[in-house]
Amino acid sequence: MVFFILVGWSVDYLYLGVFTPKGPTIPIATLSALAFSTIMTLTAYYGGADLVLASVGAEPLDGKIPEHRELHNVVTEMALASGCPMPKVCVVFDPAPNAFATGQDEKSSAICVTTGLLAILNRDETQGVVAHEMAHIRNHDTLVMLLVSVLLGGIALLADWAQRSCFSSRYTRRSRDGSALIAIPALLLVVLSPLISRLMALAVSRQREYMADATAVEFTRNPLGLAHALEKIRDAGLPFNKATRGTAHLFIVNPLRRRVNEREGGLADLLATHPPIDRRIRLLYQMAGLPSPAMPSSADAKFA
Amino acid sequence: MIYVIWGIVFVAGIWLISTYNTLTALRLRIDNAWRQIDVQLKRRYDLIPNLIESVKGYMQFEQDTLQKVIDARSQAMVSKGIKEAASAQTALTQSLGQVFALMENYPDLKSNQNVLNLQEELTGTESRIAFARQYYNDLVTQYNTKQQVFPSNMIAGFFRFQPSELFSVPEAEKALPKVDLRLRS
Repeated sequence: MVFFILVGWSVDYLYLGVFTPKGPTIPIATLSALAFSTIMTLTAYYGGADLVLASVGAEPLDGKIPEHRELHNVVTEMALASGCPMPKVCVVFDPAPNAFATGQDEKSSAICVTTGLLAILNRDETQGVVAHEMAHIRNHDTLVMLLVSVLLGGIALLADWAQRSCFSSRYTRRSRDGSALIAIPALLLVVLSPLISRLMALAVSRQREYMADATAVEFTRNPLGLAHALEKIRDAGLPFNKATRGTAHLFIVNPLRRRVNEREGGLADLLATHPPIDRRIRLLYQMAGLPSPAMPSSADAKFA
Repeated sequence: MIYVIWGIVFVAGIWLISTYNTLTALRLRIDNAWRQIDVQLKRRYDLIPNLIESVKGYMQFEQDTLQKVIDARSQAMVSKGIKEAASAQTALTQSLGQVFALMENYPDLKSNQNVLNLQEELTGTESRIAFARQYYNDLVTQYNTKQQVFPSNMIAGFFRFQPSELFSVPEAEKALPKVDLRLRS
């Protein structure tokens, strides 16, 4: 939000000469940016969950299948432990093990689990995964990520508009009012803003994933359940085909087959929506007070 | 200058009201959480005896059929003379036929599956009670913490909020239960 306001302020300062003696006193660009993003937020907020469920192919539970009954029981237990009302539970018929949660608030939330996940995990591990999804619901992560993505869109639009009006004649006349010392960083801010805000959105997504892992342990009091579940999901390694880049951050493990999510270190740390799965497993083992297990992939020394 | 003072009074007032409201809301949620435990206990009380009766019913049904097969087979073993043996074998074939008909008509009728279902329901019921108690304890801890931590302990003391009690378990129930799987013969 602050970044957004800074961008709006930069546009005001550079192109409209707002805070200088001769320019208008109302920061028009900042206010219109705020209004625009508010409208977009409200529109997406009330639409979102059902669209996501439909796009993924979610179906309601079948009472005759024992795994589905077990899933329903597990979700009820997690609703009790978190104090949230019972969410809608859906199943997706897909061999890739994954799960996600959507919904604008606690009362209209939904949790979706793939049949692949139900097949490979036992009751405690399913409970860990469901607790992670319940944690997303309770921490209002869908709302947070929605706000972030809307602000992202708004900033991109604003920066685009600002760059386009850069070459109009107004610029040369008013630029004499502002000082160059502030103008150059402001200009950089406007040009780089889409990139910076995208990186910030990804960082927020990663931090919320860590927080959801920790909150899941708060619910189940059993870090190893979730740890073993993540190990099994990692070893399965199947990408989930119906996820898109827009919905990828909602899943427990990144569903898209992108190399950046499997590596650790510099660039991967910046560009991934989910934290590296090995690090998540290590942190969970630390919560249990146990030494880290043997990992199939790279550098253990970095996080020892 | 006077505006600064009014501003401070205003902000302090808002903080006071919001802290009081948080404490009150927590106290009410604790009452709710306590009653939710009772809801789960009642569910167990109502559900489990009925489940066990239904499972016993299935097992009885199968037991009768199986018993007939066993009787017919032992009859066939001890029968002497061709005529008796033939009729005993017929009886055996007939009762076996009954078993196959049973399997075809009721494909879900596997006592193993029913026992598994019963186990799952028992586990689920006990887990629900445990999680309801865990949630109650978490809320009580939050409430007690808020009453003792610095800024809000002043409000709590002024309005006389009392700490709540955590859910506790008598010593006898903390012992490790003994699991005895020997068949009674």
